[in-house]
Amino acid sequence: MTVLVVIEHDRGTLAPASLEALAAALRLDPHVEALTIGATADAFAPELAAHGAAVVHQVHAAVLSDYGPEAWGEVVAQAVRSLRPTVVLACGTDRGNEVMAQAAARLDLPMVANCVEIDSATWTITRVRWGGSLLEQCTLSAATKLLTFAHHSHEATPSAAAGTVVSLMVELDPSLSRTVVTERVERTAGVTLATAPLVVGGGRAVGSAEGFAPLEALAARLGGVVGCSRAVTNNGWRNHTDQVGQTGTRIAPDLYIACGISGAIQHWVGAMASKQILAINTDPEANMVTKADYAVIGDLHTVVPAITAEIIRRNG
Amino acid sequence: MRVLVCVKRVPAPGAKINLTADGQAVDTAYLAFTTSPHEECAVEAAVQLVEQHGGESTVLTLGPAQADEQLRYAASIGINKAVLLPIETAEWDPQRTASAIASAIRDVEATDGAFDIVLFGNESADSGNFQVGVRVAHALGRPMVNGVKGIEVDGASVKARREADAGVEVYSLQMPVVLGVKEGINLPRYPTLKGRLASKKVEVAQVAPGGERGGQQMITLVQAAEQVSQTIVLGHGPEAAPAVVDLLEELGILK
Repeated sequence: MTVLVVIEHDRGTLAPASLEALAAALRLDPHVEALTIGATADAFAPELAAHGAAVVHQVHAAVLSDYGPEAWGEVVAQAVRSLRPTVVLACGTDRGNEVMAQAAARLDLPMVANCVEIDSATWTITRVRWGGSLLEQCTLSAATKLLTFAHHSHEATPSAAAGTVVSLMVELDPSLSRTVVTERVERTAGVTLATAPLVVGGGRAVGSAEGFAPLEALAARLGGVVGCSRAVTNNGWRNHTDQVGQTGTRIAPDLYIACGISGAIQHWVGAMASKQILAINTDPEANMVTKADYAVIGDLHTVVPAITAEIIRRNG
Repeated sequence: MRVLVCVKRVPAPGAKINLTADGQAVDTAYLAFTTSPHEECAVEAAVQLVEQHGGESTVLTLGPAQADEQLRYAASIGINKAVLLPIETAEWDPQRTASAIASAIRDVEATDGAFDIVLFGNESADSGNFQVGVRVAHALGRPMVNGVKGIEVDGASVKARREADAGVEVYSLQMPVVLGVKEGINLPRYPTLKGRLASKKVEVAQVAPGGERGGQQMITLVQAAEQVSQTIVLGHGPEAAPAVVDLLEELGILK
């Protein structure tokens, strides 16, 4: 069995998810090869070797100077045709799933997205549905198995291998440049919802856009940011960029303070990676309360300002 | 401008997803159904595109006969035409779904003219296969970008914006295009009473879907291991504030 891992990067910055994909690949077979796309990715070879890549296939072409889903998908498809791997896998990030879907379409092969477990003897696969709140077992029959692994399902693991660099020749039609990124607006530095160490979330019970002011005040005191549920963005109280959930942002703070949030599946799958959860809710049976580590039973409109006042009282 | 939006009927679960006894499906006995969230925004985007640039919008779904409800909901907020690809089950595998939709699009385009923009959701809320739109685009030979949170049309050009870790990526495409939309691109409107009444009269065209079964076949659904937590109740009401601040200090969040 040959397992080929598609390495994700952004203009030469390695996506940490790629090392997760190498770890997942090593569980399928000890011989793992990596595919890097574009000259900006050449420098990864030593790091990929240190994470288990016995061979690193490098692809160079003018159209690969920046990301393009069709060009990248075509590279993977041509790599499958020339290297004939048993399995090709990538991490189930936005790009990982997009590139593998492009490759699968070009090869007319199935592609199983967001796998968590694979029995390679029978090719019975467990994959996630509903953003991770339900699992599916499926069978995969294909000459080459195209897979993505659910992000965070495997941890990056050092594992020394040769990392022999090989150049892989591809022929890319210039028309593939039609879906290459043409402009960018770089993100300004600062704490984002996805990376914040503390998130104060508000749900429907907050009641209005103005109702978030006490949550903002508490978050500011604690060096965190404010998030919200889908009910809040659907009501237009906050921008969608603040939404925590399956269709919003997945957060992983040290502490998530969930205020007046019932904990529907849509929201829970975005919050479940939080290290600790404190739920503030009038309903002791609310899903968010029963799943939380800590809870305060009460109305967020009085509890949240009281917490801020107590912090000020102690710290000035 | 001619815009097509492809949607999927999905259950609207609350706090827990229950399965049928045979594990083949989500138990929907007590659940409502909805349009998958990213696609709800794709429908709104289609309506806005036609409002801004003129033309006509069509909604298409592959699903059970009851998916008529989602087609009419789209019509109630302003979509002009509807196409149903009826199947006996809740869904087909992604390869077969894509091939049936691509072939239906070819049929519709042969009689009514080509679509300038075909919209999908980034992924369906339930099965989340992340590939149907990409496969359809490839079958039709059209450029495809997924995860789109902004669409600007200027003549025959489309600028598609999407958010990535490093910031916003902009793609400059020439129509016809296929785009996968993410929630947040807009705030879908609610239907008006007039819209609801009009949607009842919209004719739903039926196209019999074909296509071979794909290589990925579901065996069964399984509940994910429940995260069990012994919740520590710190107190009731504002009197719990000191206990909360003690906890913040203990966790090292407040130094």
